[in-house]
Amino acid sequence: MSSAATTVAQSAQRSAPGPATRAEAENLADTGSAAALPADYSDYKLVPARHPWRWVGTVVVALGIAAVAWSLATNPRWEWGVVAQWFTAQSVVTGLVETLKLTAISGALGFILGFILALMRLSASPLLVSVSWTFSWIFRSTPLLVQVLLWYNLGYLYEKVSLGIPFTDVRFFEAQTTTLISQFAAAVLGLTLNQAAYSAEIIRGGILSVDQGQLEAAAALGIPAWRRSTRIILPQAMRAILPTAFNEIIGLVKGTSIVYVLAYSELFYTVQVIYNRTQQVLPLLLVATLWYVVITSVLSVLQYYIERHFSKGAVRNLPLTPLQKVRRFLSTHAATNVRSPR
Amino acid sequence: MSTTVVTTEAPTTAAPAAAATRGQVEITNVRKSFGGTEVLKGVSLTVPSGGVAVIVGPSGSGKSTLLRTINHLEKVDGGYITIDGQLVGYQVRGNKLHELREKDILKQRTDIGMVFQNFNLFPHLTALENVAEAPVVALRSDNSQRRNKGEARQRALELLDRVGLKDRADAYPRQLSGGQQQRVAIARALALDPKILLFDEPTSALDPELVNEVLDVIRELATSGTTLIIVTHEMGFARDVADTVVFMDQGQIVEQGNPLEIFANPQEPRTRSFFSKVIEPAFNI
Repeated sequence: MSSAATTVAQSAQRSAPGPATRAEAENLADTGSAAALPADYSDYKLVPARHPWRWVGTVVVALGIAAVAWSLATNPRWEWGVVAQWFTAQSVVTGLVETLKLTAISGALGFILGFILALMRLSASPLLVSVSWTFSWIFRSTPLLVQVLLWYNLGYLYEKVSLGIPFTDVRFFEAQTTTLISQFAAAVLGLTLNQAAYSAEIIRGGILSVDQGQLEAAAALGIPAWRRSTRIILPQAMRAILPTAFNEIIGLVKGTSIVYVLAYSELFYTVQVIYNRTQQVLPLLLVATLWYVVITSVLSVLQYYIERHFSKGAVRNLPLTPLQKVRRFLSTHAATNVRSPR
Repeated sequence: MSTTVVTTEAPTTAAPAAAATRGQVEITNVRKSFGGTEVLKGVSLTVPSGGVAVIVGPSGSGKSTLLRTINHLEKVDGGYITIDGQLVGYQVRGNKLHELREKDILKQRTDIGMVFQNFNLFPHLTALENVAEAPVVALRSDNSQRRNKGEARQRALELLDRVGLKDRADAYPRQLSGGQQQRVAIARALALDPKILLFDEPTSALDPELVNEVLDVIRELATSGTTLIIVTHEMGFARDVADTVVFMDQGQIVEQGNPLEIFANPQEPRTRSFFSKVIEPAFNI
């Protein structure tokens, strides 16, 4: 011990002579003797690291949220009374139903068509591949607004729509385009085709994300092609498809508001009609917004559980549901509080 | 009297060690290229019914490709393969071999089980569901009835028991070790009662301590009368289990023979140099 101290003292003398040297030497001697003792920590309690900045951040954000909530509640210009009055009004609810109808129909048709387009794009036939590619190219590169207006005005371009044998006079069916394409039909056509172009790419991406070995294994077992797609590939592709697909559907819920240009009385057009009459613009926009928030929230919850369903086997243990998380949070924190007094 | 026994036995589902013609594989002059590289340069090989052929050789020698041509996962560019005299993937029409429709190829594959290097279990299905899937949905080569769900599950449980995993029937592949996954994959390949089992480097993706549990299962199968064709790097295993060891290099079969002879006394210089590299000095025959 003394020899170590002296060497340190000697080397330290060259740089900083005086009291510092002695302190350093003592310090070294201290740690030296402590290390010599046999250490047994088996009775010690483990204390997790503290994160003070996490708490600071939490407080700042909480204050921000409180401020926004306070201003929403106390600023009379939000006119919450008017919002409440119109929120469940008959006309608004009717508009809401129309919005849900448009979303459901064009969402479902869009994804079915998108699935077919994705399969075409992945097929070995160059014609199918290029048709699918061109479809996506056209409908992704034109504004939805233009598409919807174009479908509605199809009667201007083609007066009659008929079904028959080409290059002959045989007609099975013939109708005026304007009677055939109502506001609803134009809206569904526009939204569906646009949605199909986007969902085709989403579904194709999902299918590509599944390992080629899965197809090989299924083929080696003699599993028929359709079953291979639906039972083996799609359930695995769903994990990649779902998050983006729900993005699309949530986008579609609000995207339906674009058909107000056809004077189609869905939610957004309905509140416009009302505020043009009552001049309560902001509260009525708020009514529509709140309904969109409600729909999106329901869809988000649905998304969580559907994703959880398809993550079976992809993760070792399924992620906890929010309810299970709350329970676990409570039980672990209760446990630490009980243990800490000791 | 013996004839009556045969007639009553014949229509029932064939036991693995049935007739002498069950599962004879004949590969004739098979050629295959990828891009400009010829990976199989006219390979011929006969594996008798119930035989165990182990194919060894350096990587890139065409072993796996040859294996994959046997169940038509890989199309041949030339030559042909027959199983019990029946062409695989083709039919004769006039003086041409026409490729079969996918449906018929799938039927043929139900006679040929395959076990892959990286298992390829279906990760979203439990071990039991993995094994029970194909018997319910695959059309059989002899047009026999598909199993109903209950039967298939029962049979799957028996097979999982046979590979020692009955108690893990409800586990998902990712909850199993590599060795356990590969044993489930073997059970899955057995579920269609195939005449032939193909193993494509079944232990190459496993940790060393898990290799034996898989090899033990294959050893047990080797005595069951099913024809086995195994691509592997496990030379000790090859020596134990094979009737014939086939050494491939650069897309050709260089040498084949009885394992004891070929390991102890390889005739070709290429065989000798390969064995000298892969068999450790302590490995005495």
